[in-house]
Amino acid sequence: MSNVFTDTIAWLTDPIHWTGSGGIPTRLSEHLQYSGLVLLIAAAIAVPVGLYIGHTGRGRVVAVAVAGALRALPTLGLLVLFALLAGSGLMPPVWALVILTVPPLLAGTYAGISSVDATVVDGARAMGMTELQILFRVELPNGLLVMFGGIRTAVLQVIATVSVVAYLPLGGLGRYLFDGLVLQDFPRMLGGSLLIAALAIAVDLVLAALQRMVLSPGLTLDSSGRHTAADDLTATAPAAAAIQGGTP
Amino acid sequence: MAEAMIEFQSVTKQYQGGQPAVDNLTMSIDKGAITVLVGPSGCGKTTSLRMINRMVEPSSGTITVAGKDVSTVPAAQLRRSMGYVMQSSGLLPHRSVLDNIATVPRLNGVSKADARKRAAELLDVVGLASVLGKRYPSQLSGGQQQRVGVARALAADPPVLLMDEPFSAVDPVVRDELQQELLRLQRELAKTIVFVTHDIDEATVLGDKVAVFAVGGKLAQYAAPEEILRAPANDFVASFVGRDRGFRHLAFDVADSLRLHSVTMVGQTEGQSAGRRAGEWALVVDDESRPLGWSSPRDGAGLVPGGSLFHKGDTLRRALDSALSSPSGLGVAVDDDGRVAGVLKAPEVLALIEEVRRHREDAT
Ligand SMILES: Nc1ncnc2c1ncn2[C@@H]1O[C@H](COP(=O)(O)OP(=O)(O)OP(=O)(O)O)[C@@H](O)[C@H]1O
Ligand SMILES: [Mg+2]
Repeated sequence: MSNVFTDTIAWLTDPIHWTGSGGIPTRLSEHLQYSGLVLLIAAAIAVPVGLYIGHTGRGRVVAVAVAGALRALPTLGLLVLFALLAGSGLMPPVWALVILTVPPLLAGTYAGISSVDATVVDGARAMGMTELQILFRVELPNGLLVMFGGIRTAVLQVIATVSVVAYLPLGGLGRYLFDGLVLQDFPRMLGGSLLIAALAIAVDLVLAALQRMVLSPGLTLDSSGRHTAADDLTATAPAAAAIQGGTP
Repeated sequence: MAEAMIEFQSVTKQYQGGQPAVDNLTMSIDKGAITVLVGPSGCGKTTSLRMINRMVEPSSGTITVAGKDVSTVPAAQLRRSMGYVMQSSGLLPHRSVLDNIATVPRLNGVSKADARKRAAELLDVVGLASVLGKRYPSQLSGGQQQRVGVARALAADPPVLLMDEPFSAVDPVVRDELQQELLRLQRELAKTIVFVTHDIDEATVLGDKVAVFAVGGKLAQYAAPEEILRAPANDFVASFVGRDRGFRHLAFDVADSLRLHSVTMVGQTEGQSAGRRAGEWALVVDDESRPLGWSSPRDGAGLVPGGSLFHKGDTLRRALDSALSSPSGLGVAVDDDGRVAGVLKAPEVLALIEEVRRHREDAT
């Protein structure tokens, strides 16, 4: 007897789905490319602004208000609006997603920088560091733990929401969801969802490993030399939040 | 008169919409000496200190360091030319102890290898084991962190050291240790040190000169610590210095002329009951005649812990304390190797105190 689960496994393991222009590897790489592009543009905007606000404390109120408003926008609505206004092609949906990605990145960067102990910053300034040296040699490395939380949330959100560009229609793993929906092909839909989830988890694991690499041990060691739980806690929470909040 | 290193000229600092935190301060800080700024909370000590390295900009007036108006020197450059130690160590959590100490030399363009070599030397100078160099600040005790803070401030060998309550967050025993070590370091380095504290004891122990601030940022008295204890300029200083200023003042008179008496000394094995057998307090010592405690003339007391020890060259304050803190009423005097040299008696210490007082009276 066949049910939707065995059918999904059959769909996922069918070699036909792993080759060609509509195959899983192609869709996967499209998905990663869109996500990468969105993240790159969003980071180019959000990180400098977040660093500036975090370091100076200036513009915090405005940024929080704007970020909150942007977060409230409906993903699909924004996407369609941009497509209607700016026409077809890759960039309109990318810009729409950038608008949705800037707030969590900005909040994460800002929160990271301002999480650094004020006396540490004061000490660095009194040592004779310039403001830029303070930002890049003190606030950034020490705010990284908190920043990574925001970055990982944003990355996961992008990987989940990039699926909706298939609606326009463009490529990416979202194709399986929309095509499956049109064709009433549930194994394809479920297979696509599983692939997106697996991709999100894989990317988050890579980011967790990266976090471990770049974080100074001084930030996660307690006085007895053991690692504290702080760096493990951030590992799972954003993943769950992003997958929930990110689906269209 | 000693040469001035830092000069405040009519310096006022008024934070937004408040009373002046520092009010028309004019004072000159001696080169190569420890000057302590002391006063109640909120009287402008930190503000005064931080105006020296431009962490705070004065509202009016000028501050010169080595004759140069600090407002004409770029802030970052000025700060690198002065060591700064604060109450919470303010070390960089993400850097190892060695790299923390190397911070300012690195900013000055010294190579990483050279800066670390110098940092390793400094670890030794401030009395820390070299294995600690690889640790991170979170893995150090509070006292160790403060030592690293001092090492970091010394790393670029600045002529001026600014210290803001550096020892106030550690326990009294460690504080005492750190104070003594600062004095030892200062004998070798002869820096110009400006030291902020709200503890008058610390001020009199460390200061070559003490500046007492009153609330509102006014300089109430600026003199040698001995003089501040002996002759407070006004009621405020007198009350700030406290009721036991007379006792503190004893810390400035050396008690060398005290006569030492002999005492019954017993070894550890026979020691426990020696006092009872002799009918008087007996001093229990180890094989090298270092004091271990007292044996009481009363029954079954066992070994009673001794009081503070009096060393040759110590002050009248220590002499008196050794007698008063001893269960037998006899202060134990020891030589440089810690061996018992004799005991001193409280009435004789008091007599010497009176003699010193009369002597001073005659002198003035
Ligand atoms: N950044 C600031 N903004 C406004 N007022 C300030 C600021 N810093 C200090 N003050 C005020 O200036 C006065 C002097 O402060 P300061 O920190 O110099 O005192 P202090 O003598 O160091 O006190 P404490 O012993 O508590 O450290 C206080 O009344 C304080 O409230
Ligand atoms: Mg203060």
